[in-house]
Amino acid sequence: MAMTAKPARPEGGYVGRPMKRKEDPRLIQGLAHYVDDIQLAGMHYMAVVRSPYAHAKIRSVNTAKAKAAPAVVAVFTGEDIRGAIGPVPCAAQIPDMKPAVRYPLATDKVRFVGEPVAIVVASDRYAARDAVDLVEVDYEPLPVVVDPEKAIAKDAPKLYDNFADNVSYRWELEGGDVKGAFAKADKIVKQRMVNQRLIPMAMEPRGVLAQYDAGEPRLNIWTSTQIPHLARTQIGAMLGVPETSVHLIAPEVGGGFGSKLNVYAEEALCAYAAMKTGKPVKWIESRRENFQATIHGRDFIIYAELAVKRDGTILAGRYRIIADLGAYYQLLTPLVPTLTALMLCGSYKIPAVRIEIVGALTNKMATDAYRGAGRPEATYFIERMMDIVAAELKKDPLELRRKNFPKPKDFPYATPTGLIYDTANYEKCMDTAAKKSAYTNLRKEQTAARKKGRLVGIGVSSYVEICAMGPSSAMPAGGWESGTVRIEPTGKVKVLTGSSPHGQGQETSFAQIAADMLGVTPDDVLVVHGDTSSVPYGIGTFGSRATAVGGTAMYKSLEKLRDKLGKIAGHILQIDPAKLGFADHKIFVKADPKKFVSFGEAVTAAYVAKSLPAGMEPGLEATTFFEPSNFTFPFGTHVCVVEIDRDTGEVKLTKYLAVDDCGNIINPLLVEGQVVGGIVQSVGQVLFEEAVYDSEGQLLSGELTDYAIPRAADLPWVETSHTVTPTPVNPMGVKGVGEAGTIGATPALVNAVVDALAPLGITHVDLPIKREKIWALMHKGASQPKAKAKSGRAR
Amino acid sequence: MAVEIRLRVNGKEHEHRVEPRLLLVHYLRDTLGLTGTHIGCETSLCGACTILLNGKAVKSCTMLAAQAGGAELTTIEGLAASYKQNGANGGLHPVQEGFWEKHGLQCGYCTPGMIMTAAALLRENPSPSEKEIREAISGNLCRCTGYQNIVSAIDYAAKKMKTAKR
Repeated sequence: MAMTAKPARPEGGYVGRPMKRKEDPRLIQGLAHYVDDIQLAGMHYMAVVRSPYAHAKIRSVNTAKAKAAPAVVAVFTGEDIRGAIGPVPCAAQIPDMKPAVRYPLATDKVRFVGEPVAIVVASDRYAARDAVDLVEVDYEPLPVVVDPEKAIAKDAPKLYDNFADNVSYRWELEGGDVKGAFAKADKIVKQRMVNQRLIPMAMEPRGVLAQYDAGEPRLNIWTSTQIPHLARTQIGAMLGVPETSVHLIAPEVGGGFGSKLNVYAEEALCAYAAMKTGKPVKWIESRRENFQATIHGRDFIIYAELAVKRDGTILAGRYRIIADLGAYYQLLTPLVPTLTALMLCGSYKIPAVRIEIVGALTNKMATDAYRGAGRPEATYFIERMMDIVAAELKKDPLELRRKNFPKPKDFPYATPTGLIYDTANYEKCMDTAAKKSAYTNLRKEQTAARKKGRLVGIGVSSYVEICAMGPSSAMPAGGWESGTVRIEPTGKVKVLTGSSPHGQGQETSFAQIAADMLGVTPDDVLVVHGDTSSVPYGIGTFGSRATAVGGTAMYKSLEKLRDKLGKIAGHILQIDPAKLGFADHKIFVKADPKKFVSFGEAVTAAYVAKSLPAGMEPGLEATTFFEPSNFTFPFGTHVCVVEIDRDTGEVKLTKYLAVDDCGNIINPLLVEGQVVGGIVQSVGQVLFEEAVYDSEGQLLSGELTDYAIPRAADLPWVETSHTVTPTPVNPMGVKGVGEAGTIGATPALVNAVVDALAPLGITHVDLPIKREKIWALMHKGASQPKAKAKSGRAR
Repeated sequence: MAVEIRLRVNGKEHEHRVEPRLLLVHYLRDTLGLTGTHIGCETSLCGACTILLNGKAVKSCTMLAAQAGGAELTTIEGLAASYKQNGANGGLHPVQEGFWEKHGLQCGYCTPGMIMTAAALLRENPSPSEKEIREAISGNLCRCTGYQNIVSAIDYAAKKMKTAKR
């Protein structure tokens, strides 16, 4: 792959500055509008009847009492929607994958707790909820399987009568001479690891408001989504409504982390209810529903083997992954484990690798893309293996990593998994982290602490992630993005982006880029997103792609308008447009800045259209559909220190440093926010969070009482720093940073915990590392403190 | 069956007949149209619905509207006006300003509740340490920021309010 393009940055002074966000004034004053904040005249409410069983036959559904209840206008069951609403879409296709098709309401069978069975529509929020309890469903419970390894065993209860077993698919990837490498290895290092099931827990649960205007006809849908256009296409298709009649809006979206990178049953059901009743219908997910029926993340078991030489050179990797997909597929469910496979060589020159994935169907909610989507798992596995190898060979974890890094001259670097890493300098980044954390000193302090019997651990991770998703050839639904720029007659600039954000701050960072390109201020720029009637078709915000792909689409449109304005100004000034610059609302002669046309004058000329250069169209609008030539591969080194309480097993996180390299930085404030937020989500995965189903498929961690996410008091101050290695994949040299924190932090934290426990002969601890687990490990043979039956808010 | 309630919200008197089971947060949002107060869990664990009731931070999702009869409430919409130092010109409450200055929010959903909790903290403890701030906001969950910039935002507000008093 040719990667010679020189990274360029827009001229001007806003890019690179820590600008306060343009979106904040409305958010800090309670003036923003999330789905539930929108009120329509005559609005009704939908509530969902959900299965209390993880696996059961539906014998009958009796809606008579619910229909007769006060304020109830309609009740719909699976039979009612048969033929009227298509299945929940899955965009990911793996060869020979079994079709685990799910309709928005179950008809014959339910396969997870929380699966929708009926919906109730009432004129009052509380009445709708009351009527849910009046719908009588007669279930015949069936045997349940929740453990993915048991699910794929021969005698397991089958989820689907028409499938031979619960294996959704088997998928293999091999590159390089794996057999040969293992044959000549000095040592084969093995470990089984678990990357547990997590609940994304965006602060705003999902919500939908639908309104049908039969006259037009027009179906208006407001939904909390990361992918407004894809959702419009899919919901329209599910309902058989032409896409031209569907107007979908993602208003303010209160966090997603991948959980809203999806199309859900409730979105189609709410729209169906609005069409059937003629009323605007709103559905707001309760937190319990959010835990049961919004996608979960992770949930992999891996059997990992590395072939190593005595000097620490890694020769090859061999992996078997059992991925728990849940009972059905959501949009990308089967795809996520394959992303793990692609990244299992991490930031190392490992010449050969073989990965086998078994996708398991279980009586649980579907897993799907949760912040990082496959890459945190890959990084966790390879970075744990590097530490295990380092411990076995008695090498310093940094030295082992350094030995296996590809050098800067090796880039673009081709991995045996078929990827081309764009640019990197892993060693420089690690050296920066070692220096900033005073790593050598930390080790000395650790030695001293150990002498006193204290359990102090230092953890490092060196990660590389695959971002800026991505070339369309590698994506299930297109990997390009759209960016429209319109300069209005008054000189105000409107940017329409398909990368609809949900907290990332594109309204600010995109305005910074546009301001620099056009020589105006970010206040002159309005970034519009989420409204499918005004924004050209786009893909959405996920996979750390917004700036690298969506930002580039906008950048290219800005170039087109700069070119046009330059020609207009050149025509007025009678000078070659190449000699003009843009700054301070002026288009000026670079060699003689006193000669200029004001930005407003040039814009007016484009609209008044009386003296344009010959053949030029009036107006100032440009649209670009940018197709990236490759992914980007941001990287970094994280270092942390923990101390474990010998009496309680509690892990105290005492230091955290992240050195990330996401290429050029548009707004350091936003980048730091993404990094720190991601790291804290990892702290959650490592210390507190676990979606626990019991053997009957009941979600025990079904509320925030039983599913602990990190609180402010649980955390130390996170230090951040950067090296900057621009990518040649896009003209701004940006790589993406939205998922870096969750990718780099989980292994660093676990490595630190295992390092702390090393004096006790402990070489691995599976996620999550709750204190009762550590206590039990420390007291092997001693009786365990009575662990709570369910995953409690243990701190 | 309905209960009559009279209360002051953001300095304005309201009188309504409400269902006895109506949650205070639904009264504020659906009846009064004050949608700045959010609902994140319905179980008082996340703090997104935090408001001030007679000056104290309370979670309005686990309180009935009927229980708020006779009370004086402040929601995010009325916070800036409740800060006397702002005078007639309005503007932001120092905590709101801190959140903006220090990038204390991303998706914004937890933000109003977080700001109300912080405002209540600073009323009781005008010079909180980092540890005290972290403890005080531990009943408010945020999934985006990792809390660090929220701590900075509240520290910024504390310093600003002290200067304003001088």
